Amino acid sequence: MTTRTLISPAALARPRGKAVYWTVLTSVVVLFALAFLFPVYWMVTGAMKSPDEVARTPPTLVPERWHLGGYQDAWQLMQLPQHLWNTVVQAAGAWAFQLVLCTAAAYALSRLNPAFGKVILGGILATLMVPAQALVVPKYLTVADLGLLNDPLAIWLPAVANAFNLYLLKRFFDQLPRDVLEAAEIDGAGKLRVLWSIVLPLSRPVLGVVSIFALVAVWQDFLWPLMVFSDTDKQPIGVALVQLSQNIQLTVLIAAMVIASIPMVALFLVFQRHIVAGISAGGTKG
Amino acid sequence: MTKTAERLHEVAVPPIQAPTPAGDRRRRRLADQARAHGFLLGGLLCFALFSWYPAIRAVVIAFQKYTPGSDPEWVGTANFTRVWHDPEFAAAWRNTFTFTLLALLIGFAIPFVMALVLNELRHAKAFFRVVVYLPVMIPPVVSALLWKWFYDPGAGLANEALRLLHLPTSNWSNGTDTALVSLVIVATWATMGGTVLIYLAALQSIPGELYEAAELDGANLLQRIRHVTIPQTRFAILMLMLLQIIATMQVFTEPFVITGGGPENATVTVLYLIYKYAFLYNDFGGACALSVMLLLLLGAFSAGYLRLTRSAEGDLG
Repeated sequence: MTTRTLISPAALARPRGKAVYWTVLTSVVVLFALAFLFPVYWMVTGAMKSPDEVARTPPTLVPERWHLGGYQDAWQLMQLPQHLWNTVVQAAGAWAFQLVLCTAAAYALSRLNPAFGKVILGGILATLMVPAQALVVPKYLTVADLGLLNDPLAIWLPAVANAFNLYLLKRFFDQLPRDVLEAAEIDGAGKLRVLWSIVLPLSRPVLGVVSIFALVAVWQDFLWPLMVFSDTDKQPIGVALVQLSQNIQLTVLIAAMVIASIPMVALFLVFQRHIVAGISAGGTKG
Repeated sequence: MTKTAERLHEVAVPPIQAPTPAGDRRRRRLADQARAHGFLLGGLLCFALFSWYPAIRAVVIAFQKYTPGSDPEWVGTANFTRVWHDPEFAAAWRNTFTFTLLALLIGFAIPFVMALVLNELRHAKAFFRVVVYLPVMIPPVVSALLWKWFYDPGAGLANEALRLLHLPTSNWSNGTDTALVSLVIVATWATMGGTVLIYLAALQSIPGELYEAAELDGANLLQRIRHVTIPQTRFAILMLMLLQIIATMQVFTEPFVITGGGPENATVTVLYLIYKYAFLYNDFGGACALSVMLLLLLGAFSAGYLRLTRSAEGDLG
């Protein structure tokens, strides 16, 4: 039995309460299906309609004939394999850089007492007050000065400057039992060895959360890749979709939208329990 | 001599060639420091290049005439006055504030009520949580393109739904009055999953006895919401509100993809204007002047948010 909520179990057990409960439950299921699942259904089936059928009013609920041509055309005409690959490279690199550099920095700040550690941490936390989007223009100029435009490094390196993830790691490292780490050092393990063999295996949950945040952030970002990738062949799928959306047949565009959504939705469905739990837990604790 | 005396002697007169304990400690401390800063180096370099330096640079360029490739020129507050007198400036701020306000009314009230209802339901819990979060995982560009298609005045689903209900059709994102609301609907649809999940978690932490006590005192449903639910989750409500304000003040993807800022500047936002100054007008000074204004405003909200989470946690660094 779960804990008591707004409505008492006694009220729910009464015949009237039961009737109200089942009515509400059914309407919420229908509402959710209409609001969240139906648009997705409309997109997936819209891509399989003929160009003629998709423009028809009133629209057909189920395609008259199922065309897979839209998906094939999107895959070839819009060079989706290239753009998907670009996105994968950008996301994977950002994830790897963030995991290595943020973990190392968080470990140093948490366990190695660097000189000026407090000042450095303060400087990192201060960036939380500066929303990333408000700084895109000077950041763009810096990336341009470094000659990193149209280079995946333009995604990878700025991704490391993520104060939220770094602080998440640091706070987790702070809570690790001191005696375990000290015991390892007495046994002669160096700092790197302690990090690799003791700290990281103990930190699997937080590393999972940071990994998901890192991947989703790159996959969902739009303004930054729009700025730094002017070269069409280097663009991730989101930017390419918008650039190509003007001069492409509607069914092909919709098919490309479906394909662009598949990786993250699949990731979510596989890890949904962890992701939902992570958001619920992370949210209330800040 | 006894052994103790020997040892005493050794301590009193240390051999000259051996390092002093103090020097030894200092050298070890230096090595430790070098190692600690070695671990920090990569991360700090990224923060310096892509966070700290751009923040300073935004302020500097805001007072310069800046074109990539040529030497910057100090122009005082000319950028600010030029941007200020741009007719789009007022429109962009008005739209951004309206968008934020509407997002609070629609995009905050709906997930709030939804979480309240979901918390009472004892069936299909996993289904609700997955389905409500599904749109969050769809790339924002795809959500925007999808709703652009729904809002299509011809074969769009939105007008089709209105016709089905025998309601008058709307111009949606193509009408000057309705464009902004249409974008708020898209943003709400795409992001409310996160708000619902976080608020649900807050609701679950309310002790059941409080509701029982309230009920014994004769409080009805609405009174229980007002006197138990809201006060008990006040921290989560305030935090989610601030996060939402910060996020919606930076809205860009929806207006860029769906309306292109139109019709008649009805959906130009501040961030969109910053983008236009930099990449359409090639006026980086103006773009940075605008960025600084946005930065100051958002910084105030973020400071409020940080202070809130900090006081809740009771520790920092």
